[in-house]
Amino acid sequence: MADLVEKVLREAAEKESKFKTIEVEKEIDVIIDEGNLLVCDTNPIDFKLQKKNREDYLKDLSRDNTQLLINRIWQLPTHREDEVVVAELPDVKTLIPREKPIPKKRKATKWEEYARMKGINKKKKGRMVFDEQSKEYKPRWGYKRANDDTKDWLIEVPQNADPFEDQAQKTKVPGVGLTPTIAPSKDHLGKALAIAKKSTASIGKFTETLPKEKPSKFTGKKRKFEPNYGDVKKENTKQLDILNSVLNKTPILDVTQAVNAHEKDENRSSSKRQKTDKKGGKGGKGSKGSKNNSQPKRGKRNKR
Amino acid sequence: MRPLTEEETKIFFEKLSKYIGENIKLLLDRPDGTYCFRLHKDRVFYVREEIMKLAGNIARKNLISMGTCFGKFTGSQKFKLHITALDFIAPYAKYKVWVKPSAEQQFVYGHNVMKSGLGRITENTPQYQGVIVYSMNDLPLGFGVAAKTTQECRRADPMAIVSFHQSDIGEYIRSEEKLV
Repeated sequence: MADLVEKVLREAAEKESKFKTIEVEKEIDVIIDEGNLLVCDTNPIDFKLQKKNREDYLKDLSRDNTQLLINRIWQLPTHREDEVVVAELPDVKTLIPREKPIPKKRKATKWEEYARMKGINKKKKGRMVFDEQSKEYKPRWGYKRANDDTKDWLIEVPQNADPFEDQAQKTKVPGVGLTPTIAPSKDHLGKALAIAKKSTASIGKFTETLPKEKPSKFTGKKRKFEPNYGDVKKENTKQLDILNSVLNKTPILDVTQAVNAHEKDENRSSSKRQKTDKKGGKGGKGSKGSKNNSQPKRGKRNKR
Repeated sequence: MRPLTEEETKIFFEKLSKYIGENIKLLLDRPDGTYCFRLHKDRVFYVREEIMKLAGNIARKNLISMGTCFGKFTGSQKFKLHITALDFIAPYAKYKVWVKPSAEQQFVYGHNVMKSGLGRITENTPQYQGVIVYSMNDLPLGFGVAAKTTQECRRADPMAIVSFHQSDIGEYIRSEEKLV
């Protein structure tokens, strides 16, 4: 019995000597950074031991410190993942410098610089646009597009219209009237009020006015005529001004007249040439006589 | 009765200037008194100032005429020249057409002037120019519009229209009730 106890004790002692204890004592506590798995030992080095056996000393020292680190890791919250015990490392305490420099910010392009200076913001255009005429949303491009300006690609110019006039502009659809705005001006409000007051079945005849309400500026124009017994001399000068503007409108160069004059000139020159030709020729007399009979007479009859 | 508005004056002068051009000035600036144009029941009257003032005393409903009626504004605000204006316009006419005695009656009955009835025509008359139609003994018969230029008239065939009828002295009888 005694042998047995001795045996067990010996074995335990052997074991203990074989495996070092997990308890490590240090004069100064080591600094442990669990996040980086880093241990900093600030204890002074025992130079005597180091000189004796350097390798063993360093091995022991690192073993002790590693033990301390592992002890600490086992204190951290752990869980099992795929049958492996995993510890959750806290945030790093020691900041380690990066291997490579922080990437530099991309230089703004010339356009970006300009846009920033001007305050231009890129805006995303929606695919659907509101169509004014049909009052519904339609695609911006393509078939059945909104505000289609390709539909009326040809407009006939009326016979008596000015050929240089833009017909497309003339055939504009009338607007919807007064539309609400975010920040209406005083005039806008006045107009809206005037319209609202008239928008009853009896065209505003029975719309009540407020006690101190001023008459609206936007009720439409009243016809106004000059006084009948005013200054007639003044009236005449006014009319003369209108007359001048009317007369100035007529073009100075009358195209048909100019063409007629040119035609006449040409006729005269050609007849002269004919005359000279016929003078040279043999049978000039007869033709000359006939000409004298016909042309000047007609002129006499008509020109006066 | 009221003076013409600016717009009306413009329309009126545009029509009148087709016949007498810048001679309208002579109608406005007269040495023998101040004359003015007045609008009454859509008709334009050419009146001396004194008569106009006297006419002002008469109720609008009762006032039929004063001075000389030059014409009237149509419903679509176009000016139509009346034959009553002939006496004032004929002396200042820029372009004239003389009709032969045989064609006088035709014109006075309200027809256009044909080439066959054309006695004379002012030289260099442009197309669509307002003209005064005269008889061969220089009696003004009415207004017309040149359908052809003088040049074209020479070559036109006898049945071609030379001057469109606008107004003639026959209207004094034919449309007596409409004139004023």
